Amino acid sequence: MPSDQSPKGAAPRRTPTRAVSVTTPAPAAIVAPASSGLAGNSPWAYAPAPESREIVTIRQRYGLFIDGKERAPSGGEVTITYNPATEEPLAEIAKGTPADADRAIEAADRAYRKVWSKLHPRERAKYLYRISRILQERSREFAVTETMDSGKPIRESRDVDVPLAAAHFWYYAGWADKLEYAVPGRRPEAHGVVGQVIPWNFPLLMLAWKIAPALAAGNTVVLKPASTTPLTALLFADVCRQAELPDGVVNIITGPGSTGMSIVTDPRVAKVAFTGSTSVGVTIAKGIAGQGKGLTLELGGKAANIVFEDAALDQAVEGVVNGIFFNQGEVCCAGSRLLVQESIAEEFLARLRDRMSMLRIGDPMDKNTDVGAINSKAQMESIGELVASGVAEGAQIWQPACDLPTRGWFYRPTLFTNVAQSHRIAREEIFGPVLATITFRTVDEAIEKANNTAYGLSAGIWTEKGSRILQVASALKAGVVWANTFNRFDPTAPFGGYKESGYGREGGMQGLHAYLRSS
Amino acid sequence: MGKKSKRTEKLNLPLTIESSEGSERLEVRRTAKLYIGGAFPRSESGRSQEVQLAKGGVANIARGSRKDLREAVRVARIAAEPWAARTAMVRGQILYRVAELMEGRAAQFRDDLISHGASKSDAAAEVSAAIDRMVWYAGWPDKLAAVLGGTNPVASSHFVFTLPEPTGVIASIAPEASPLLGLVSRLGGILAGGNVAIVLASESAPLPAVTLAETLAVSDVPAGVVNIITARRAELLPHLVRHADIDGFDLWGCPDALLVEAEQGAAEHVARVARRPHGVKDRADAFDGERGERIDGITAFLEMKTVWHPIGS
Repeated sequence: MPSDQSPKGAAPRRTPTRAVSVTTPAPAAIVAPASSGLAGNSPWAYAPAPESREIVTIRQRYGLFIDGKERAPSGGEVTITYNPATEEPLAEIAKGTPADADRAIEAADRAYRKVWSKLHPRERAKYLYRISRILQERSREFAVTETMDSGKPIRESRDVDVPLAAAHFWYYAGWADKLEYAVPGRRPEAHGVVGQVIPWNFPLLMLAWKIAPALAAGNTVVLKPASTTPLTALLFADVCRQAELPDGVVNIITGPGSTGMSIVTDPRVAKVAFTGSTSVGVTIAKGIAGQGKGLTLELGGKAANIVFEDAALDQAVEGVVNGIFFNQGEVCCAGSRLLVQESIAEEFLARLRDRMSMLRIGDPMDKNTDVGAINSKAQMESIGELVASGVAEGAQIWQPACDLPTRGWFYRPTLFTNVAQSHRIAREEIFGPVLATITFRTVDEAIEKANNTAYGLSAGIWTEKGSRILQVASALKAGVVWANTFNRFDPTAPFGGYKESGYGREGGMQGLHAYLRSS
Repeated sequence: MGKKSKRTEKLNLPLTIESSEGSERLEVRRTAKLYIGGAFPRSESGRSQEVQLAKGGVANIARGSRKDLREAVRVARIAAEPWAARTAMVRGQILYRVAELMEGRAAQFRDDLISHGASKSDAAAEVSAAIDRMVWYAGWPDKLAAVLGGTNPVASSHFVFTLPEPTGVIASIAPEASPLLGLVSRLGGILAGGNVAIVLASESAPLPAVTLAETLAVSDVPAGVVNIITARRAELLPHLVRHADIDGFDLWGCPDALLVEAEQGAAEHVARVARRPHGVKDRADAFDGERGERIDGITAFLEMKTVWHPIGS
């Protein structure tokens, strides 16, 4: 891209386009040239600003949290959780077995019958307020732990994940003694024991999205965190102890997917909530078929971020970048398909490449880092495989020149153009920093293409025309539509999918409904 | 039931044999057909099934096939978007119009129920309740957004609102034991939410569903919005639940023995599922009174859409 196409005010620089071999998806194989916009001699280079890890003491080994106590796994086996940015082992994690799940469910069932269901809702609310306060007080510890365990930039864990998690507990605390207002005309009742399985992309936040409404509605919980990101859930167990939450109200079982299945299929578990891939969601739904359990699924996505020709372009570029590179693109609602109107495509893509060249990829603990580490080696390989398919199927790949750390799992932000709707990169969830660009000419075509997916979690609209926002928003088959913004979350705003992105909502009054049986 | 002439006079229907210029007048029987896309086809399979009637004799009911189902899904998909796009008030008025027309056919509905073994008083009560249930649902479409949605006071400078939208194409396994009130109670919820429906009617008592189809055909409900299929459930259900163009399944009337298979099929493409609540039996009185007036019948097939917009100049 010649520098004369740079947006007004941006420093001219060269951002060479590179061809990437189909067989070398690993970014470590790509050596960034010295002309990178972020190289040491650039005015854009920042000095390192690493967050201290001193606040965190990670133990060598963690057990399961059952009935208010830490317990060794019945099988005696452990797995290792790694720091994805350094590939260093962080701790040994208990490999919970079906027998452990059984004990946790028993504890949750007992806690429900003997304690939690008998507590006045006002007191239940106060426990949740306590938890929210403790999360705020220990926010730095949670943010650092989260970043070390997941690879996400400290800026995000500090400014998004942890404050939102605390806000969710705060929000649902207030609902605990007001449930009858959430289901007008009906009598709200708790289910009993709730089984929850959460993913690795927002480990603490997903825990909060699951546990806060469940407890507010009067249920007790058995939760299984993802096997690569268990640390903040185990730290949360300590918060439960500090809050003096009655034993057994929250139980945390680490372990493989099979342990998660034994939790959700247990007959004593009355309601199941899962966030993760569509294929695992389908397996869970089939596994509990006919059992009469409540079920909510928050699954994959392939969101369209639609940029119309009248959009405020620089603002839209920021939104598109945030949409796909927030949390390395490991976001179910990521704006992974860029739909840009043909009349502005060339200029928009030029500005986008320019902005992508400014992204700082590297040490997640550095407060300047925009894009951190990919969560696991397996995820790296999965991203690489899909990117290779994009090249093989004929889409044009572009990646900014930038230095990547030599250790750790890092993936270069990737932009595809000339993408056909039939390409795998336009249909499958990549769950990485990879954006597929498709152009359109008319509003109807944009809607048609945006909806041309099995998923329906989120979408973005960029235009200065209010009436068009409302028309397109209503035509999109997506549970969350961001107009002139993207990847915004709030405990008061329901979140969840259409179609194969799942069902049920998390957040807001609507997020309570799944945790209540109304009679 | 022995006084046929009296009953005929009351019901004003040419159901019985009367003398006609010296020879006995032969009854013109009704052929019970399927209702697909606003038309009344026989099953493409050419099959029918006999249903024993309480008053004696049998009725031949169309026995829908897998192909009939596929055709119903096809026309339902076409009808879905225009129906969802009607204003909430108009959808409410169309449902009220259905109630008006049901009132006009009350006698035939009663006769259908009696044919399936209901007592006269039970039949009368069920028909009245079914009409009232449709009126109850007719009032809902233009209230759902206010009751279920709203604006969300987020902690940032955005205007954020959440609205319910219809899920799309819903297949309903209608209640078996409450062939009219149960049918209307489930179907009304699906329609009030703005969805379109494919209904598998009660297998043992299909006549009220046939009459409902004939009522809908002359109502303002657009063709394809409701499709009613009489069939053997065990035969069609495995195919129905695996149809990837059905967005949700109302399994209220699904026999227990088929429930696991039905839910597993629905899970294949993450279809929404509503089922009979735990402990509730598929009984004739399951939809009586307030037990039947439940918003859950509507909310099961609604999607909540949240829209964010920045506030600024």
